[in-house]
Formats: sequence, structure tokens, C-alpha cells
Amino acid sequence: MSNTIIQGIVAIFDRDNIDTDQIIPTEYLKSIKKFGFGDYLFDGWRYLDQGQLGMTLDDREVNKDFILNQKPYDEAKILLTRNNFGCGSSREHAVWALRDFGFQAVIASSFGDIFYNNCFKNSVLPLKLTKQEINSLFMLANDNPLSFEIDLKGKELKVNSDLIIPFKVDINLVNRIIHNLDDVDITLQDKALIKDFEINYKVSRPWIFIENNKR
Amino acid sequence: MAKTLYDKLWNEHLVQKYDSNESLIYIDRHYLHEVTSPQAFEGLRYKNLSPWRLDANVATPDHNVPTIRGESFRVELIDDEVSKIQVVELDKNCNEFGIQQFDITSKEQGIVHVMGPELGYTLPGMTIVCGDSHTSTHGAFGCLAMGIGTSEVEHVLATQCLKITKLKNMQVCFEGELKPGVTSKDIALHLIKTIGTAGGTGHAIEFSGSYINSASMESRMTICNMAIEAGAKVGLIAVDGVTIDYVRDHSNLSEDIFNQAEIFWKSLHSDDRATFNKTLTIDVSSIKPQVTWGTSPEMTINFDDQIPRVSDVEEDQQENLKLAKSYMGLEGADRLQDLTFDRIFIGSCTNSRIEDLRLAANAVKGKHVSKDIIEAIVVPGSGMVKAQAEEEGLDKIFQDAGFFWRDPGCSMCLGMNPDQLKPYERCASTSNRNFEGRQGNLGRTHLMSPLMAALTAVNGKISDPS
Repeated sequence: MSNTIIQGIVAIFDRDNIDTDQIIPTEYLKSIKKFGFGDYLFDGWRYLDQGQLGMTLDDREVNKDFILNQKPYDEAKILLTRNNFGCGSSREHAVWALRDFGFQAVIASSFGDIFYNNCFKNSVLPLKLTKQEINSLFMLANDNPLSFEIDLKGKELKVNSDLIIPFKVDINLVNRIIHNLDDVDITLQDKALIKDFEINYKVSRPWIFIENNKR
Repeated sequence: MAKTLYDKLWNEHLVQKYDSNESLIYIDRHYLHEVTSPQAFEGLRYKNLSPWRLDANVATPDHNVPTIRGESFRVELIDDEVSKIQVVELDKNCNEFGIQQFDITSKEQGIVHVMGPELGYTLPGMTIVCGDSHTSTHGAFGCLAMGIGTSEVEHVLATQCLKITKLKNMQVCFEGELKPGVTSKDIALHLIKTIGTAGGTGHAIEFSGSYINSASMESRMTICNMAIEAGAKVGLIAVDGVTIDYVRDHSNLSEDIFNQAEIFWKSLHSDDRATFNKTLTIDVSSIKPQVTWGTSPEMTINFDDQIPRVSDVEEDQQENLKLAKSYMGLEGADRLQDLTFDRIFIGSCTNSRIEDLRLAANAVKGKHVSKDIIEAIVVPGSGMVKAQAEEEGLDKIFQDAGFFWRDPGCSMCLGMNPDQLKPYERCASTSNRNFEGRQGNLGRTHLMSPLMAALTAVNGKISDPS
């Protein structure tokens, strides 16, 4: 199955430096699962009460002023924000929460490095645009709810019939999203290369392979 | 061609360069903890894979562990059922896959980034990863060390490699001598204030200069630890005599192997003519103690400066500033010294090493925690730090001053265990992140050095250390 077009409602977060602690607070990192984080996305902003792992939407006091609690943004597929989205903690749970909520793409002028990598492992597109492009998208958002279309193969963001923004992104990373590829499987095809490296490396740097702890 | 330290470490571990921007990089050391590993082990099970090289992996529980444990604590005694499951899961996974773990009952258990170097698992020149962004700490040893996500934890377990894109090189030179009362933490916060939390994004930052040369390994670890708060997932420092002395004291290599390694380790510095994509020199002699006022580590000021007003910043930053001030409850406060504090936290992978505890203990010796403070806790970074501190009598000094002396763990840095702020409580914290809710829902965090936190404890307010 391939997935080359991301299309949907755009939720707007007009602030810089949204860290992964905001995307998903620490409390929910106690889960040992890889799914089920959607109800806890932006928990601190989305609810008025303090949540716990296992609670669902019905258990919570919802903050009606928060964008994801308003229609049509409760079904948003694309998140538009400013600088340095996903900075801070390496928690992949942040991407799992975005994905589980339904987000397929985040558009920002920059991303935290670890978050950026984590996105491609979970079929969420982190789309980098220039500050000017981001500004122009925010200008449009002042009027009406926006719906964008992102063409992964054509590398174009279609805002409306008049405005199409081309973007750059590593094709191999995008292919992981399009074809839902697993890195472990791909790398293990190069098993022999790793083995060869290790044989030589063991000779030149033997201390790496020695049980070394001083206890 | 002249190379940077990062270039050398990259080339040394390069298994394969792919057609795209990505490369396959061999990983020497993989640290694991209970929070970001369960899904990775599940992935191995699902694919019917075993760890590629068992002895590369070292695990310990740190994020969830309670810090009031005592001698005969067992995992079953963790009150929080969900936390308990995660720690039990790490035990199970380490047993099933044969991974060495310093479990919750072990004397060595601690924050993985404090424990690892102390036990000699971190050696110069290694590539080191962990599902934790503060893995940059190990860069202090001339390592290429970085935080990774859980999918990458699985990838490293299964293949002993990471598939990554090379970062750009950035150099930050810290020149000069510190004023009394100023520490490595202040240097790190000052840098983040200067370049912002995205200032190092996409770069590996090499720290150098006369200040770094004179700094202890503990101070170097604090600075590399905070590189991620400047946006750089990799921070690193050249190997010198200070590094080698530390490693000699903490590793267990035979003399032959150590001598052979030492020759290589001494080459772990940037070449004289190496070029960096970005460079920055900071005169540290003029830096004052730094304290954060807002909800991002870049929202830092000199301890005695005015808190920024909306009119002080560019228009596009005004909204960020308003949100942060409102969250932090700063209405009516002109300076940080106007604020009263509720809790004190001395600990975390940034500042829980012996040097940090000595500094804080020295500042509170013979004094007492202010009656305005609800609770002041000291959480040593590892079993080794705790034992060393107790041998030096630091535990007594802290307890006599009214601090609580706890068992090792991440504790209130992120409040995954019971050590949390209550809503609206204000905390003087030696940790690394002042994000909204980081130390507890609606809690207010001010980051600072162990010295400044200790003084805040005894005075109830931010005060002048000089």
C-alpha cells in the first residue's frame, strides 16, 4: 500500500519551541505500548484537569478554547506551527501521539533533530518551509479554516488553486512514509557489511569489545 | 584535509555511505532505561531477532524509580502500579535477552548518564546512544553521543548501527576564567540564552577554549548534557589529560590495552586547521550566575537582571513571552529576586555529580532551609555518587540544614516518580528543562546551578552568591 497524498484540515499553533513535553507529558510515557496516545496529545493544553494513563476523553474536563477541541480542527490532519517544533526530550511517544490523533504532517520552519528523525519512522511527515512561507500560510489562516494537500511524490504543498509551494525533503526518508518501510529490515540486508566492519574494528580497537566495568 | 573531532568520530564508525544523505554508523555503546525501551524489545520479539552484540548494552532503571527506597527495597514496593510495570518490564527484557542491568536493588543503579561513565562503560572515541536526549553528556569524553527515539533503540539492538545523516560542525570556544559563584551550569545557560534553543539544531557542537581545558570532567559533562537544550543533539569535547586521568580511574582495562587505547584517544581532537560551519567565542569571565525566568531554557537572564517585558522584545516574540510569563505567574514581578520559592531540587543528569553536591553542601553548611520552602531535596545521580557523598559527610550537612537526602534517580527533573511539583508551586531546580508541566502539572521551574539552588533554599529567594 502506498500513501503519496496527505490531505486535510490544518490546525494552527502560533508559537515557537513547542517541546515534546507539551506534545505528550511525561505521565503517559509510563505506557509500554506503541499505540493509544491520541487522547493525551497536548494534554496540558487540551484539558483543564490532570490526566493519567488509562483515562479517555469521556473522563476528562475538556478545555473548549483549545483548537483541537473545536470543529473542524478535531479532525485535523496537518499541524502548522512556527520554529523549533518537537525540541527537547527524545520521546518517540510525541510522534505516536500526533499519529494516533490523526496528524499525518507537521509544517514548521524548523524541528528538533531527534523529533524530526522519529517522524519518518512513524509515517508522519515533518515538512520544513522557510519563515516567509510559514508567515504567508499564517496570514491565510486568519480568515477561514484551511485545508492543504501535500503531494509527497511531487514534493508540493497545495494551499489552493493559486498557491502551490514546492518543498525539499530527502527522497529516501519520504519513501519510508510512502511505502511504510521498516528500517531494521532494510539495514539487515546489509548484515555482511556490518560484520566485515566489526571484524576489522575489533582488531584496531579491542577495548571497545572488552567487558570493562569497574565494579 | 583537516578534520573536526566530529568528522573523525564519524569516519571511524562509518560502515556504509548510502546514495542518499544517510550513512550507516556503527554503535559502540548502547545505554537503556525503562521508559524508551519496552516497545523496542517488543519489536525484536515480533521480528524474532536477538541483540546484535550483547556486551554493547548496559541498562538501569532511572526515570520511574522512587527516591525514598532505603536498603532492602525491591521492585514490588513501587507504589505507582504503572511505574512498577515499566521497571518490571526492564527486568524481564534484560533477563530474556541477556542484557547487563544494574537493577533497582543494585548499589550502582543511577541515572544512566551519571552511572555509565563512573563504571567505565563510557570510553573516549566511542559512539554512544540511548533513548534519552541527554545522551549528549557522554560527548565530554570525546565521544559521538546522542539521544535517539525508540525505533532507533530497536534498530541499534538489532543491527548495532544507526542509519543517520551527518550533522554540520559548530564550535563554541569558552575563553577565560569564571568569576566566583559561577559554574559550568551558568556557562551552559548563558550559551542557550545567546544562541537560542534552536541555535545548534542540525549541528554537533564542539566545546573548546581555555575554560574547557581547565574544567573537570563533571563540569564538561554538565556542558555537553545541555547541548541538546541549545538544539544540538551532539555536544563534544576533545580528549586531554583530564579525560584520560578520569578514564584511568574509572575503567578496568588492562595496562596493555589502556596504553594502546591511550595513543588513539590522544588523537581525538579537531585538527588545527579544521573548519566549522559555525563558530562562536564567548568570554566566560564576564558571565554572572544565570537563572531561567520562563518556559524554555533560552528564557534565561542574569540572576539580578530585570525579567523581560513585552515591550523589550521584537513583535514576533511578544506572544511567546506573554504565554511564558502568564504560565510562570510573573505578573507584578520585576526581578527574579522578587519571587518566593516553594521547593528546591538538587539532582538530575545535569547536576547530580559529586562536584555539584560538594558545591551545594558547602553553601548550606551551618545554615538552614528557609521556612518558606515546603521541601528541599538532594538526589544523588548514582549509587557511587551517593556513597562518595556519604563518605565525605555531605549527607549530614544537607540533613542538618533541613534538606532531604534521597536515593538515586531522575526524580523531579521530570516527575515520573512521586517527586513532583503541585500546581503553581515554584521550584529552584538544577535540572535541564523548564518546560510547562515538566516537573508536575502547572508547576513552575527555574533552572540554575547547584550553588544558586542551595542559596535559594537557605534564603527562600534568588540571591547573590558573591
